[in-house]
Amino acid sequence: MTDTDHYESSVREKRAEKVAEFESHSKGVMSRVQHALHVTPALVPLIVLIASIVIFGLLLGSRFFSPFALTLILQQVQIVGIVAAAQSLVILTAGIDLSVGAIMVLSSVVMGQFTFRYGIPAPIAVLCGLTVGTACGFVNGWLVSVMRLPPFIVTLGSWQIFLATNYLYSANETIRAQEIEANAPILQLFGAKFEIGGAVFTVGVVFMIALIVVLGWVLRQTAWGRHVYAVGDDAEAAQLSGVNVKRTLISVYMLSGLICAFAGWALIGRIGSVSPTSGYDANIESITAVVIGGISLFGGRGSIMGSLFGALIVGVFSLGLRLLGADAQWTYFFIGVLIIAAVAVDQWIRKVSA
Amino acid sequence: MKTLLAGTALALVAAAGGAQAESHMQDVSACLITKTDTNPFFVKMREGAQQAADELGISLNAYAGTVDGDHETQVDAIETCIANGASGILITASDTSAIVSAVEQARDAGLLVIALDTPLNPIDAADATFATDNFKAGELIGQWARAQLGDEAENAKIAMLDLGVSQPSVDVLRDQGFLTGFGIDVKDPNKWGDEDDPRIVGNDVTAGNEEGGRTAMENLLAKDPEINVVYTINEPAAAGAYEALKAIGRENDVLIVSIDGGCPGVANVADGIIGATSQQYPLDMARLGVEAIAQYAEDGTLPENTEGKDFYDTGVKLVTDKPVDGVESVSVEEGQNLCWG
Repeated sequence: MTDTDHYESSVREKRAEKVAEFESHSKGVMSRVQHALHVTPALVPLIVLIASIVIFGLLLGSRFFSPFALTLILQQVQIVGIVAAAQSLVILTAGIDLSVGAIMVLSSVVMGQFTFRYGIPAPIAVLCGLTVGTACGFVNGWLVSVMRLPPFIVTLGSWQIFLATNYLYSANETIRAQEIEANAPILQLFGAKFEIGGAVFTVGVVFMIALIVVLGWVLRQTAWGRHVYAVGDDAEAAQLSGVNVKRTLISVYMLSGLICAFAGWALIGRIGSVSPTSGYDANIESITAVVIGGISLFGGRGSIMGSLFGALIVGVFSLGLRLLGADAQWTYFFIGVLIIAAVAVDQWIRKVSA
Repeated sequence: MKTLLAGTALALVAAAGGAQAESHMQDVSACLITKTDTNPFFVKMREGAQQAADELGISLNAYAGTVDGDHETQVDAIETCIANGASGILITASDTSAIVSAVEQARDAGLLVIALDTPLNPIDAADATFATDNFKAGELIGQWARAQLGDEAENAKIAMLDLGVSQPSVDVLRDQGFLTGFGIDVKDPNKWGDEDDPRIVGNDVTAGNEEGGRTAMENLLAKDPEINVVYTINEPAAAGAYEALKAIGRENDVLIVSIDGGCPGVANVADGIIGATSQQYPLDMARLGVEAIAQYAEDGTLPENTEGKDFYDTGVKLVTDKPVDGVESVSVEEGQNLCWG
């Protein structure tokens, strides 16, 4: 036996000792925080949301801190919130969907044009619109899972295709709010509002919140939901443990398309009319909400609640800064800061699992 | 048999004559390059250009970007037109600065280049510009709103719904035109938002669509719920603003003014949703453009600018059913006959 051998074996022993040791005793406050955030990813955006409401409330007083203004924010983020729910599902599978806004607008145009161009009863036209949205999602999902193309490229292409289809089909014609109100009020269903002591809610807002709560439950509590996380975390490992990855992916993109179509319906409620030029940047806005909401772009981690908080944070900053009289540029400036901060926090949290 | 032969000969002569006339037509050709081919505004433009080309017996090739802002396709189109030996190009540029080098190439190759609707940057990069006077369009609705309010104009609370934070020239001209017409000091006329008149509640951006119009209006209403005059960059933004006002039950006591003259917008004037709108004429822009190219091909005459302006003004009219003294306007009915989209 040489000295070198002794040396090696002592290293080996040390290493073994280390593996057996529990590190939790030596954890500082920061690593406890890190651990808590890792377990509850929606915590960061929730804290930021509450902090920003408090800060703007202090700066602006009752103008901001009123049931009217606070529920106005809900109304303003409802479209982005619904689309962000769809985006979250896709991003949880380590994908990305750039076509969400296009699917939304195309679906709303189908609902409107089917009713007014062909005289189809409005409820059936709505169903057609929802079907078109789901079909668009299926195309994306099929290309991603069966053809194995990268989601970024697939949806970059389908974004253009759906948007062009929307413009070509609609001939960029707007259907006016007054015509819809007179002939097919069901198209504006999501715009119907009710008041509870100064707070104004619309059907669209209620739908957004209900959608996020239900999706949150489904993702946590059902086999399908756990499969979505598993596929996003490591598709190969998921496949080996018996998850049907292809079917899960296709179902995620289809559901995402369906939710976008609902967003299209809600869009009609919000703006009154059917307009092919609205919502073209919903893809970027929804990705912003999802990222600020703490859902990892690398897939498999984050909670869908977070994306709602993310959308609300953007809404609070937009309205708050505008009430302060700041130039509209500042909103974009701060949203940019938030995005980078959110990703930095995400990276830091990831270290706990590394 | 003889008659048959004679008939054939006649037919041949006629055919030859026709072919000759056709080849004469082919001598002159014009190109129309628009931002997109789906926006009703550009559809109308194409219609006007085609009509004029048919009347003058020249051929027209139309090109368009796939989306607004598609610069590359427009450059490709200019190169195609040069290669085709066209006499002139009509273009609504997506990127008014970047297109300049391609336009120079075309002018060097002897083509007449006319900017339609959107001036190039600098404006003299094109041989001529046929466009709406956007400042005048804004001024008309500003004057109208002021006259509608009468003495109350001194206490007006105005919401300014603009296009975007990048403040493109059309956005600035319309905004500053409106304020000038209303009698408000605009400070620097090259940007909006620097005014300090207390009657302006605030500026917000709409992206020129319904959704942006509604959100912007909500933001400004949250700032001051007493707003009673709303300027909007275009009619979709106005429709969105109306929805926001309706949501708080104020749709009947607020004056909304707008610019464009699209058919849905004029219909909104008819319904009293928009008080007045300034109508522009894409059909005329294109028609006049094609005529100018035909003229240039014939004897080399260059189109001249409207007196006192650095472009050819294709006209703008105020459309309203509530005419006021001192501001020329046309009825909604006439506006509907001239509307586009």
